[in-house]
Amino acid sequence: MALLLEVKDLVTKFYTVDGVVNAINGVSFNLNEGETLAIVGESGSGKSVSMLSLLGLIRTPPGRVEGGEALFHSPQGIRNLLKLTSKELDDVRGGQIGFVFQDAQMSLNPILKVGDQITETLIQHLKLSKDQARARAIELLTEVGIPDPELRFGNYPFEFSGGMRQRVMIAIAIACNPQIVIADEPTTALDVTIQAQMVTLFKRLRDKLGIAIIWITHDLGVVAGIAERVLVFYGGRIVESAQVDDLYEHPAHPYTYGLLQALPRLDSKESRRLVSIEGTPPDLLIPLRNCPFAWRCKHVFERCWKEIPQLYPVGEKHLTACFYDLEKGVVRND
Amino acid sequence: MTEDGALIRVVNLKKYYPIREGFFAKVHRWIKAVDDISFEIHRGETLGLVGESGCGKTTTARAILQLQRPTAGEVFLEDLELTQLSFQKLRHLRTRMQIVFQDPYASLNPRHSVEHIIGEPLVIHNLLSGNALHQRVVELLELVGLDPAFRHRFPHEFSGGQRQRIMIARALSVKPDFLVCDEPISALDVSIQAQVVNLLQSLQEQIGVAYLFVAHDLSMVKHISHRIAVMYLGHCMELTDRNTLFDDPLHPYTQSLTSAVPIPNPKLERKRQRIILEGEPPSPANPPSGCVFHPRCPLTEDVCKMEIPEFKEIYPGHFVACHLADMEGHSKIPGIALVDIDQA
Repeated sequence: MALLLEVKDLVTKFYTVDGVVNAINGVSFNLNEGETLAIVGESGSGKSVSMLSLLGLIRTPPGRVEGGEALFHSPQGIRNLLKLTSKELDDVRGGQIGFVFQDAQMSLNPILKVGDQITETLIQHLKLSKDQARARAIELLTEVGIPDPELRFGNYPFEFSGGMRQRVMIAIAIACNPQIVIADEPTTALDVTIQAQMVTLFKRLRDKLGIAIIWITHDLGVVAGIAERVLVFYGGRIVESAQVDDLYEHPAHPYTYGLLQALPRLDSKESRRLVSIEGTPPDLLIPLRNCPFAWRCKHVFERCWKEIPQLYPVGEKHLTACFYDLEKGVVRND
Repeated sequence: MTEDGALIRVVNLKKYYPIREGFFAKVHRWIKAVDDISFEIHRGETLGLVGESGCGKTTTARAILQLQRPTAGEVFLEDLELTQLSFQKLRHLRTRMQIVFQDPYASLNPRHSVEHIIGEPLVIHNLLSGNALHQRVVELLELVGLDPAFRHRFPHEFSGGQRQRIMIARALSVKPDFLVCDEPISALDVSIQAQVVNLLQSLQEQIGVAYLFVAHDLSMVKHISHRIAVMYLGHCMELTDRNTLFDDPLHPYTQSLTSAVPIPNPKLERKRQRIILEGEPPSPANPPSGCVFHPRCPLTEDVCKMEIPEFKEIYPGHFVACHLADMEGHSKIPGIALVDIDQA
């Protein structure tokens, strides 16, 4: 599979009245063509901010992308997204990279007809005429499973239900045949039956159009159903990266292991107590000098307080940022 | 339904809201938020109440506590009927029934110290004062796993999980028999959810409080509940013990709901057969005729469009509101393998 996006050492900070929030502390990962990559983590772990940073969507001030590069292998050659002008970024955003946000209610313009919000993208990026754009928009609405697309084209967002609005968002995201769609908690606000509809829709579009998907979520259940590879974020860093089966069967980072233990399992008959992770996520106002999970980790030892662990290979396509070998139960010596 | 030992008994509970239209604000239609629900909760038991947003779970919970007066039906606390009681009389009973809300950020007064917040119910009900009150607050903080030294702090100094613990401590201060937990963990991160759920379970073991646990996260509800009631559009569709609900659900809606719950196990997820329901729940202002689920049900027959199904006991303790439900499995949607551990 060809490489599509290479992110190296991304650093993003927010300069607030309370101090500097170290939101992203050096994040590196790759995305291949047609791949579904899930990014999981708790609130404040940096999963959304890292994606917004790539697309120049961090509000400055207070935020600032302070380091790293994001090489996008686009049809126009390799481009560093962090170095593009805002005009160039406008072509990428909504063109080659589509975005689906969590809250479709907030992301659609309430006073514009839904159809016009789709044709806007088409006219801007693909330079279609109004009639062509309308025809294509109706095609897209059909594609994402909206009944009576011709009629719905002229409706306003408030006339749509939550699930339907999310479908419109997806139609906008895929309108210009993007190479990547970034979906930020696309199913979180939805009920479980609608969530299942949405996951099915994403899978169908992915297989049909060959789009690479970055799926940001905190729900390890949804990830199991859609992702091929998973990045686990904690305290603004990637703490584990693995193929989806590997991650659930052999979690290598104590945080990932803890998360899986903290979930109630429908796939298990025995009723056991949940194992909670004591403590709370790290305070991002403090610059990171050690392992971000050290405060809550059961296996913490001296070295964890002295260095930031780097991603370390523990298996095929499996990396973890931990000095402790969870499977063998010993300290790693490297 | 039997009466022995039921702490809370809900009988044909209804809560309708008027839709007023026009110049004279005449009532044109009613939103039937809760329509004819009956169940009981026993001492020390957890009843889970699940359903999608807008199905009436929260309204049911509030109508039981008389925070919203029901339109019709009866609610018993042991043998005391609550719906006809005056506000004053209810107030005394509040020491026996308490509630924990979803949003720990919005439900704590930011200007009050933790000691004030937790002790307030005890002061209101004239139960304790002075040193005894102080002692009890310290005890409660310890009970929910917070450092008693935190008692002079204010809500903004706590994280979401800690605030939820404060909420629980306040609710338990008056030693209630019955606690409504209305989506108590939805606003919390996964690692913190487990902390709060474990706390609720160990408190139940220690003091024998009964919970009505309202939530939309089915795996968590299964984990914490003894029995589970499934709601759809104001109606109770199915009620049974938690294992039967997931292993042998009789209502087609329950079957599709349990099949849609994502399971954190990639291999199982790939093999699972799902029933993806078409469309979305209709508006409660304009509910379908007959069985409210019939427009989305894969098994709909003519009778479903005409008659509201009775909430009947198919097996002992297993209640279902479906015309097709019987012991021969006519209400089973064919072709779905439910969660099968052996496949994993």
